[in-house]
Amino acid sequence: MIKTLLGQVKQYKGASLLTPLFTALEVLMEVLIPFVTAAIIDKGIEAGDINQIYFYGAIMIVMAFLSLLFGFLAGKYGAAASSGFACNLRQGMYENIQRFSFSNIDKFSTAGLVTRMTTDVTNLQNAYQMILRIAVRAPLMFLCSMAMCFFISAKLSLIFLIAIVVLAALLILIMSRTTKIFNQVFRKYDDLNASVQENVSAIRVVKAFVREDHENKKFTRAAENLYRMFVKAEGILAFNSPVMMLVIYGCIIALSWFGAQYIVVGDLTTGELTSMFSYVMSMMMSLMMLSMVFVMITMSTASGRRIAEVLEEKADLQNLDDPVTQIRDGSIDFDHVSFSYKHGSGEETLHDIDLHIKSGETIGIIGGTGCGKSSLVNLISRLYDVDSGAVRVGGKDVRSYDMEALRNQVSVVLQKNVLFSGTILDNLRWGNENATQEECIEACRQACADDFIESFPDKYNTWIEQGGTNVSGGQKQRLCIARALLKKPKILILDDSTSAVDTATDARIRRAFAESIPGTTKLIIAQRISSVQEADRILVLEDGRINGIGTHEELLENNSIYREIYDTQTKGGGDFDQPAAELTAKEGN
Amino acid sequence: MRPQRNMPSGPRPGIRQSVHLLKRILGEMIRHYKFSFFAVVVCIIGSALATLRGTLFMQSLIDDYITPLVRDHSTDFSALGAALLKLAAVYVIGILCAFGYNRIMVNISQGTMERLRVELFTHMESLPIKYFDTHAHGDIMSVYTNDVDTLRQLISQSIPQVINSFVSIVTTLVSMIVLDIPLTLLTLLMVCIMLFVSTKLSGKSAKYFAKQQKDLGTVNGYIEEMMEGQKVVKVFCHEEKSVEQFSELNQELRKSAYNANKIANVMMPVNANIGNISYVLCAVLGAVLALGGYSQLTLGTLVSFLNLNKGFTQPITQISQQVNSIVMAMAGAERLFNMMDEKPEEDNGYVELVNAQVNDDGSLTETAERTGVWAWKHPHSADGSVTYTRLEGGVTFNDVDFGYDDKKLVLHNIKLYAMPGQKIAFVGSTGAGKTTITNLINRFYDIQDGKIRYDGININKIKKPDLRRSLGMVLQDTHLFTGTVMENIRYGRLDATDEECIAAAKLANADGFIRRLPDGYQTVLTGDGANLSQGQRQLLAIARAAVADPPVLILDEATSSIDTRTEALVQEGMERLMKGRTTFVIAHRLSTVKNSDCIMVLEHGRIIERGTHEQLLAEKGRYYQLYTGNAIGA
Repeated sequence: MIKTLLGQVKQYKGASLLTPLFTALEVLMEVLIPFVTAAIIDKGIEAGDINQIYFYGAIMIVMAFLSLLFGFLAGKYGAAASSGFACNLRQGMYENIQRFSFSNIDKFSTAGLVTRMTTDVTNLQNAYQMILRIAVRAPLMFLCSMAMCFFISAKLSLIFLIAIVVLAALLILIMSRTTKIFNQVFRKYDDLNASVQENVSAIRVVKAFVREDHENKKFTRAAENLYRMFVKAEGILAFNSPVMMLVIYGCIIALSWFGAQYIVVGDLTTGELTSMFSYVMSMMMSLMMLSMVFVMITMSTASGRRIAEVLEEKADLQNLDDPVTQIRDGSIDFDHVSFSYKHGSGEETLHDIDLHIKSGETIGIIGGTGCGKSSLVNLISRLYDVDSGAVRVGGKDVRSYDMEALRNQVSVVLQKNVLFSGTILDNLRWGNENATQEECIEACRQACADDFIESFPDKYNTWIEQGGTNVSGGQKQRLCIARALLKKPKILILDDSTSAVDTATDARIRRAFAESIPGTTKLIIAQRISSVQEADRILVLEDGRINGIGTHEELLENNSIYREIYDTQTKGGGDFDQPAAELTAKEGN
Repeated sequence: MRPQRNMPSGPRPGIRQSVHLLKRILGEMIRHYKFSFFAVVVCIIGSALATLRGTLFMQSLIDDYITPLVRDHSTDFSALGAALLKLAAVYVIGILCAFGYNRIMVNISQGTMERLRVELFTHMESLPIKYFDTHAHGDIMSVYTNDVDTLRQLISQSIPQVINSFVSIVTTLVSMIVLDIPLTLLTLLMVCIMLFVSTKLSGKSAKYFAKQQKDLGTVNGYIEEMMEGQKVVKVFCHEEKSVEQFSELNQELRKSAYNANKIANVMMPVNANIGNISYVLCAVLGAVLALGGYSQLTLGTLVSFLNLNKGFTQPITQISQQVNSIVMAMAGAERLFNMMDEKPEEDNGYVELVNAQVNDDGSLTETAERTGVWAWKHPHSADGSVTYTRLEGGVTFNDVDFGYDDKKLVLHNIKLYAMPGQKIAFVGSTGAGKTTITNLINRFYDIQDGKIRYDGININKIKKPDLRRSLGMVLQDTHLFTGTVMENIRYGRLDATDEECIAAAKLANADGFIRRLPDGYQTVLTGDGANLSQGQRQLLAIARAAVADPPVLILDEATSSIDTRTEALVQEGMERLMKGRTTFVIAHRLSTVKNSDCIMVLEHGRIIERGTHEQLLAEKGRYYQLYTGNAIGA
């Protein structure tokens, strides 16, 4: 994990190295300054020599400026390194996600990916800056102060050598106990937030069943639980600073006692004693900081792990070394194809599918929820790879094609489709970046989208909100179809993409397809019999197997499932899930 | 259809408002922890005094002990020993104080956090549905995660540290004045410079931090949109382009993060070194004064003063660092309190739903146990009498108008008469107002005009919880809760036995798939039942409503995700469930709608046709067009 993460430092290696360097110089200055103050006291004040005071004062001011300069540079490079690191992490994750195949995408939730790229990266950015600056500063400060103390008086230094061992032992004890509890606390904390999330999205259920009190009690219990754990962890942490104070005060008293005796004997000067006091202080402070860094690091490991997961995820579909980029025609062959979402799990979604579709044919696909309709068509543009058997497009195995070339010729209108924020034209041009306005309008006409677009005040420049929330379900579906048509594909797949479009418009779209793109192979997945009944052949899927294939009439005669679906739908008539606005609009025509 | 959502995160609160917010948070803390808070302040002062005593001891150590000893060439350290023992005693008190305030502070801060969280949650549960319509769920969540978190830092770190620093500043300042006034003035001058530079810097960094926050928001939004549409990106081979766009935003964020952090990082060395300069100046001035004999400044005093000088800059640096995080916390606090200040759902109802017993003469008496007979208990304020009306489930709408906001009505002139036990269906296109009508019956929203009566009682007079308890709902979007399948079904009626829950599951035809789950009814569902299919979740939702056994049912597209063949199986159970209950059905499948007592065809918020299936077909109107599937113009 650490290797993966550090691999993202890249061009900020320089800054990452300069930060500790300048920090080291800054520390050096800080360590030397008490030395100079000692000199001011001893050689200047005690000796009554004003010139010495000026001399050392000047040195100290120069050192202060140097320290300021180094501190500035360390801060600057630290900021550059950490913000650059964060930027690279986001970029790295984003680029890798773009390489993901569908099965990789399925593994992560949208919310999860967003948190990884924002909150988790921010956590790491702070931790990285902390490490660069403080993880260098604290030990160095510690060592330098220690060295200076020994330099002043080795005998006296032995006193707090003992103190430091005691302190370190106590700090380690406190830290190891708290980190364990903290890890639990944060998990509980996540659970608590998850339950809030649940309540926010299910508020109607809560209110409809009058369960506000029930939920409040549940939440209060969880919050109390969390409170107890927090108090337990932080209660131990509360020992931290008293322990520090105990050790520091102990040192001061011991130093005063022994120091006084050394001074009387003449082994030590007063100035040296005061600077030793400040060195003791900074040693203790650096230990304290180290323990803080330690906590920070443990807190951010979880974030690091989550980021590394995304970075290390290998896209499981790869192009061949020498991929084919030309697709001969729109014929599709399934040769004894079996497929499962989890390879080797035994839960096969598709079993032994053997199906051959000629170029230019229109195929309807029908079947219950979860029977494998979407899985079947997703194999054609190689959104997933088969477990066994082969899918061939234009006579060649889909795995031999360059994926981009394949997907440009096989246009899928997904079941769960989205529009992006931007104008309608922007959205349409996802299909073909260089499409002219005329081509876009033509595609919309074929998808029966032009009349409602024309009714918008800004027409084709109408701004679509994120997720397409400002157009109705049926309008969204037709825009998605138009977008797919702009690719001018050899194969067009509609995965339940007209479910929110009324039956009449649905029929018009199909008629437009038959007239304007007769050569394109069309696969239409639908719930409604009326959407598929005119197809050349209709495929009935049941539990991942082909249950029947044939024309509408043939299937009515010899396929019981098809007949059953037909009966429930025709006895009931059509369905009512259609936008009224469109009906009225057409009435007016 | 829905009102516009509010944009997240407005500008930062101004100074006056920040102070107001801070007061409110402190008030929240102090109100419940009066004694503890007092103890904390005492402890902080105690520990600061102990530290100060230590610093001052340096003076007497040199002046009163070491210098005389050196002068007299004495080896009698007993006086020093006694003094050190006294000092040790002071230190022990200081340490105890430090532990005291750290430990008590944990209780205060975590207790306040817990109280805030629970209050926030309880308050949220009381808010009207409208609030959830007008606020993005992500924004509500971010109050719990981000804003409460920054507040936690404020309460458990910033506030104690500021108090601590403040006490240190005061005590140090007082003792500096006691020691030497000219040197104190010099120190104060340097502190002014330090403050001036810090404010300049923090002002600048606040600007960059705001920019960083804004850029982070943009990047966040972009990622969210693209991750949501990642499969579409793949299908259209749009990967490179999206990386390119992302790169731009990402670089922008890097720059603002760099600038913000740079200034924040520089703050510490700047302050520390101004402190160093202040030290030198004091040393020089002090020495000149002492050597020149201009004052009674002794060597020991000067050394002590220099130590105080060092101790003075540190708390100031700390406070200036805390200012930034306090400002950030205030922005969070503002959002949090905004939510807390939202008006809860109003309920002026006084009619209650009670269990009742039918007497021989047909009158009703209230009982404590479940009898299966329900009555509306209607107290009359005029004469103090109480009448009981049997709950039968008759619902009438008289000329009801409704809009999500006052500007635009979405329902006009709705008239509706549902006799007890009838099945009423609503059909029409998305956005015609079908769901809205059902949301008026349970008062998720309040109507603008007209009247809705339930068993002859104006629903505004009925207590909301009682009203809703009498209505069983299966909603369009199915939501399940983390917990076992059994617990999820029991959500409908908390005192239902296992047998009753299983019976309800059988009724909804959910028993079969539940038994096939790894742990059957004890299988734990997480993440809104993510491991179930949409259809299975709908079946559970139906079971949940069935176990509640309500007199009135509202089924809003309850079977939309169940495929036609399974639906036929559920249908039977549904019919049994609907029997004898007033039912409102919204569906787009005719099989569900056909046998209704009355079908309402809605369009643009008006009922345009009504009648039975046969009547409507005979009318050859909109229903007929929908039914036959050959819309006009085809």
